[in-house]
Amino acid sequence: MEHGHILEMRDITKRFPGVVALKDVTLSVSRGEVHAICGENGAGKSTLMKVLSGVYPHGTYEGDILFEAEPVEFRNIRDSEELGIVIIHQELALSPFLSIAENIFLGNEQSTRGVVDWHRTNAEAAKLMARVGLTESPDTKIKDIGVGKQQLVEIAKALSKRVKLLILDEPTAALNDEDSAHLLDLIRSLQGQGITCIIISHKLGEIEAIADTTTVIRDGLTIETLDMREGKVSQEHIIRAMVGRPLDHRFPEHTPSIGEEVLRIEDWTVHHPIDQERKVVDGVSLNVRRGEIVGLAGLMGAGRTELAMSVFGRAYGTRISGRVFKDGKRVELRTVGQAIHHGIAYATEDRKRYGLNLIDSIRRNVSGAALDKLARRGVVDHNAEAQVAERFRRELNIKTPNVEALVGKLSGGNQQKVVLSKWIYADPDVLILDEPTRGIDVGAKYEIYQTINRIADAGKGVIVISSELPELIGICDRIYAISEGRLTGEVARENATQEHLMHFMTMDTSSKDKATR
Amino acid sequence: MTTDTTLQPTEPPRESLSQRMGAVGGNMRQYGIFGALIAIVILFQVLTGGKLLQSNNVAALFQQNAYVMILAIGMVMVIVAGHIDLSVGSVVAFIGGIVALAMRDLELGWPVAVLIGLAVGVLVGMWQGFWVAYVGIPAFIVTLAGMLLFRGLAIVLVGETVAGLPQGFIRIANGSLPSVLGYFDRADVITLLIGALAIVAMLVSQLRSRASLRKHELQTEPLGLFIAKVTIIGASIAALATVLSLSAGGTPIVLIIIGVLVVTYSFVMGRTVYGRHIYAIGGNRLAAGLSGVNTRRVDFWIFVHMGILASIAAIVTTSRAGAGVAAAGTMFELDAIAACFIGGAAVTGGIGRISGAIVGALIMGVLNMGLSIMAVDSAWQQAIKGLVLLAAVAFDLINKRRAGGR
Repeated sequence: MEHGHILEMRDITKRFPGVVALKDVTLSVSRGEVHAICGENGAGKSTLMKVLSGVYPHGTYEGDILFEAEPVEFRNIRDSEELGIVIIHQELALSPFLSIAENIFLGNEQSTRGVVDWHRTNAEAAKLMARVGLTESPDTKIKDIGVGKQQLVEIAKALSKRVKLLILDEPTAALNDEDSAHLLDLIRSLQGQGITCIIISHKLGEIEAIADTTTVIRDGLTIETLDMREGKVSQEHIIRAMVGRPLDHRFPEHTPSIGEEVLRIEDWTVHHPIDQERKVVDGVSLNVRRGEIVGLAGLMGAGRTELAMSVFGRAYGTRISGRVFKDGKRVELRTVGQAIHHGIAYATEDRKRYGLNLIDSIRRNVSGAALDKLARRGVVDHNAEAQVAERFRRELNIKTPNVEALVGKLSGGNQQKVVLSKWIYADPDVLILDEPTRGIDVGAKYEIYQTINRIADAGKGVIVISSELPELIGICDRIYAISEGRLTGEVARENATQEHLMHFMTMDTSSKDKATR
Repeated sequence: MTTDTTLQPTEPPRESLSQRMGAVGGNMRQYGIFGALIAIVILFQVLTGGKLLQSNNVAALFQQNAYVMILAIGMVMVIVAGHIDLSVGSVVAFIGGIVALAMRDLELGWPVAVLIGLAVGVLVGMWQGFWVAYVGIPAFIVTLAGMLLFRGLAIVLVGETVAGLPQGFIRIANGSLPSVLGYFDRADVITLLIGALAIVAMLVSQLRSRASLRKHELQTEPLGLFIAKVTIIGASIAALATVLSLSAGGTPIVLIIIGVLVVTYSFVMGRTVYGRHIYAIGGNRLAAGLSGVNTRRVDFWIFVHMGILASIAAIVTTSRAGAGVAAAGTMFELDAIAACFIGGAAVTGGIGRISGAIVGALIMGVLNMGLSIMAVDSAWQQAIKGLVLLAAVAFDLINKRRAGGR
């Protein structure tokens, strides 16, 4: 049976400072199959694929990789691509101002003695594009085609490298149903052409439809490998394997004590900063009360982050209209400084890009949003600052030798705790948390939920934006759903089910009927 | 996992020495560059047969390199915030010309001319800060334009040179503090006194900071390292004061100017909210903005500070030359930038200290002086300085990579 395997990864262990991301993970992929890898965010799927593709070079992990029965030691992505292993990441790696053809052959230019042969480039590109069902001109610029087609360009690019094993990381996360269906068809046809495919996905329906085998990873461990072909594996089975514990134990017990309304947003409309005619948020009204944890559910691109950031001192968008009431009084939040001044805080979904100064210490990051509290006449009291950081290190259990450690060296969960510390220390009345547990291991998630509960218990209003519906259902007292920039539903905790929320999140907003409860 | 696990204050784990050293690891680079300075001094002391550290040469070292140190102070702020300023050399010529003309043609007293120079420095800074901060043009472009603009204006104003400046003005960069306390066995007493005061001030501030850390039950660097650090700094100040006290003039006035600026701006960068905002912007501009830092205002004021420091450098340079010169300050911007990078500033912003930039400026100054004493051709001097800059930054990068910073 060894001969049937195109890929075997044996006992792969990968450590990061403070975390073991993978523990003795084993993965066997048969030639010609579609192999799905499932797991929660932070389970280790992406790490495993980075080990496989050479992003984490040989020597930075333990264990063996066998490709076509030969042991391989990749030093970088080029090494793995040489053998026909191509990974397509969630964030597409295309250059927006270059054409489709140029992108397909980026790094692999069709040239004769260093001079690019444009006729050959375009002709070859057209052939590859036909294989993935793209009918555009090869001259079309990437920025002018949609995400779904960009995904296909990535696949065409992979085909140009004579791919044997194609890895797709959450390929349909940003796609609409039509594009998703097309992509799945394409994967099947590639399978027919002898290409093996690994697909990482959260969407169980998709996996059920396309996968021959499914490997479930949880907390950096291989949980089980399931044969999907006989149709005996239920989605519930996969969920149980992914989650590993009944839902009700993943979230801390919490009885809210809900008070007065602290924030109300009325008729909030935001336009896209570049495409100024496009409404990203359209007439949204919502409110939060003190002590309440309110969820904001929506698919990627629904406008959740845009809504939050535009309220937070117009940090996103143009032509913003609508009203914000804080404690019943109308407020104008024109800058981030004003928003913070009025007691509104926003903790970003992209902590590395927007949330932290990675080259600075925990101490100086924690105080970053409320430095004035530690200063007298503009002079910062370093020691008081260190005490504050030390207090948060203990209370939030930030795993670090000391608070002078650089934030960039911490694991994702600990970085997130630094972000939370920063905003808790700023002492806002309303805290908006955008994907607070993204990319964080399960243990740290639990701690972050506890922290969110404590923030609410201190009489703050909390808004949680999350892509993980169980998380919203597990921690929120009330959940709003938005779709295509519009509020499509509001569900109380006791009525919230994933199906119910998903119904609102995928609602076609052109029909305009707003449902409540 | 129970609900109260995170609420219990956990006992801080006992840390190994290496972990505790990690807490001061950020300073290691600083110590390293300071060590490099001492090594270079010793090297040239030997190569020049002891001439380098002759009293008059040491005094001249500061007088000749005052402009680099003054400009480097501002340049560190600019670079830490992720910008660059290419215009300072031209600004030095421009403001130097204005100051000289104010004294010669308007017949104003030199203190008034100096104040005018500082005011023009503020205006120049506001001009460039406006374009960078509020219009959003990259500082590279704005200051490249400024480099051409102010050089042009300097030539328009000055022609070639404006000479015949008052003695009081010329003393700023060439004179020394008067020996009001007389001499003790050939040594200028006031210089020794200033040295002693500097050592006491350094000791008091170090001890107070350590005591405060203790009081707040925070981590301190190991006692041995602390003593070694204080001793080395103290001994360096003592040695410098002793050597200078034996020089012809005693303490150069520019050394006092530099000292005041270094202490002031180190305080601004290290201890004030404003300084912290500069580091925050340089480390991650987007995150700083989303933490409520008014990034535009911070950027604007950085260039105003740079303008003021450029005007001080202009005054010192004009005083040193005894004339306003249209071609003055050529390549000053590159000296200042090089000093910052040799002193450990990061090209990408967010990292850099004024003390480092001053040490960087001294390294270049010692190189200059040592090579001059050895009668090395100035073309070769320039080539050697280029290699030193490259080596310093390469060393830094390699170190960082080895430290596992990806």
